[in-house]
Amino acid sequence: MTTIKAQMPGVFYRRPAPEKPAYVDDGESISEGQTIALIEVMKTFNEVKADASGTVAEFLVEDGDEVDVGQDIVRLGEA
Amino acid sequence: MSELRVRAGGLYTTVQDTGRFGHYHMGMPPSGAMDTYSAVVANMLVGNPDGAGVLEGTYVGPTLEFTDDRLVAVTGADVPVTLNDEPVEPWTAIRVRSGDVLGFAMIRAGCRAYVAVSGGIDVPVYLGSRSTYTLTGIGGHEGRKLVDDESLPLGAAEGPGRDGAVVPEDLRPDLTGTAELRTVVGLCSYRLTEGGLASFLGTDWKVTKDADRVGYRLRGGKLDFTEREQPFGAGSDPANVVDLGYPVGSIQVPGGDEPIVLLNDAVTGGGYATIGTVISVDRDRIAQTKTGDAVRFNSVDLDTALAARRDRRERIERVRSRIAR
Repeated sequence: MTTIKAQMPGVFYRRPAPEKPAYVDDGESISEGQTIALIEVMKTFNEVKADASGTVAEFLVEDGDEVDVGQDIVRLGEA
Repeated sequence: MSELRVRAGGLYTTVQDTGRFGHYHMGMPPSGAMDTYSAVVANMLVGNPDGAGVLEGTYVGPTLEFTDDRLVAVTGADVPVTLNDEPVEPWTAIRVRSGDVLGFAMIRAGCRAYVAVSGGIDVPVYLGSRSTYTLTGIGGHEGRKLVDDESLPLGAAEGPGRDGAVVPEDLRPDLTGTAELRTVVGLCSYRLTEGGLASFLGTDWKVTKDADRVGYRLRGGKLDFTEREQPFGAGSDPANVVDLGYPVGSIQVPGGDEPIVLLNDAVTGGGYATIGTVISVDRDRIAQTKTGDAVRFNSVDLDTALAARRDRRERIERVRSRIAR
């Protein structure tokens, strides 16, 4: 199973701003380097970039949840 | 003049040394490496003076390219380090040559990694220090964190560093488990109820996302303040007192149940009750906790704090003698 992991701890967000749509939805295809979420830590919002291409099978973290370093945040399906 | 190329700045990497002292009364915090022990030991490994400029990376380390022969050492957080994509040992002096690239993988434990390069990161000295204070944009490299694709000046590598010098395991910090922070209770702990103080010392506090070089906000317990008549000059919040100087490491509770431990880049004074101060030695430990980790405050007296400081000095000298062999 290919997953994308959080590189830093913090609070996880699926969208760039509360009123904006999510960066990506389940089932969409993503490419390496694409911004797929934000993690807020140390008073900054840091972009989470995909380190692999594929189809988003599932987000494993809810919007607003706390994440830890190394935690799986997205499961990728077939590209 | 030789330079160090910053291919990627990482999440929050700054130039630090052992701090900018002597200006606290003017409202200037010391800055400097948050984990002093790791920064000093990194310098020793590469043959630098203890207070030479190092890089402090946070969570996501930088990617660095060398432009000449140097020694480099990485200490601090437990993080896989690579040279030209091959794993290399941390807490060890490594010989590098022009074109070699130092990189970091994902941290396993801890929060801050230190990179020392022989000759030191030779940014201009400002008010006696090379440390970066980003809130006001002074010191370090242009007063800010590093960004991708820039260069840092390096000093002349003339120290006694030796390729392969290593810090033994037992002289490396233990970053596992709950961080035990020895704390001198006061100056304004009288503002807490007996139950409030017991809760402060009895709680496993969790580090929130609001944890950086300025301070660490914690969550998890309840802190009750005593009733009082608002003194002249103090604010109306139960946690307000008449303004005082904040010791570095002091713990305040601005209106609620979330204590904040003030650290190297913090405000130097104000009107919040400081209910205790984390001793200087254990500030190295809190500096290596990350968002989501647990910390505990253990009450100690001033003699214990001073003894701990002597112990750390001896520990640093033990490292020095082991490296010199």
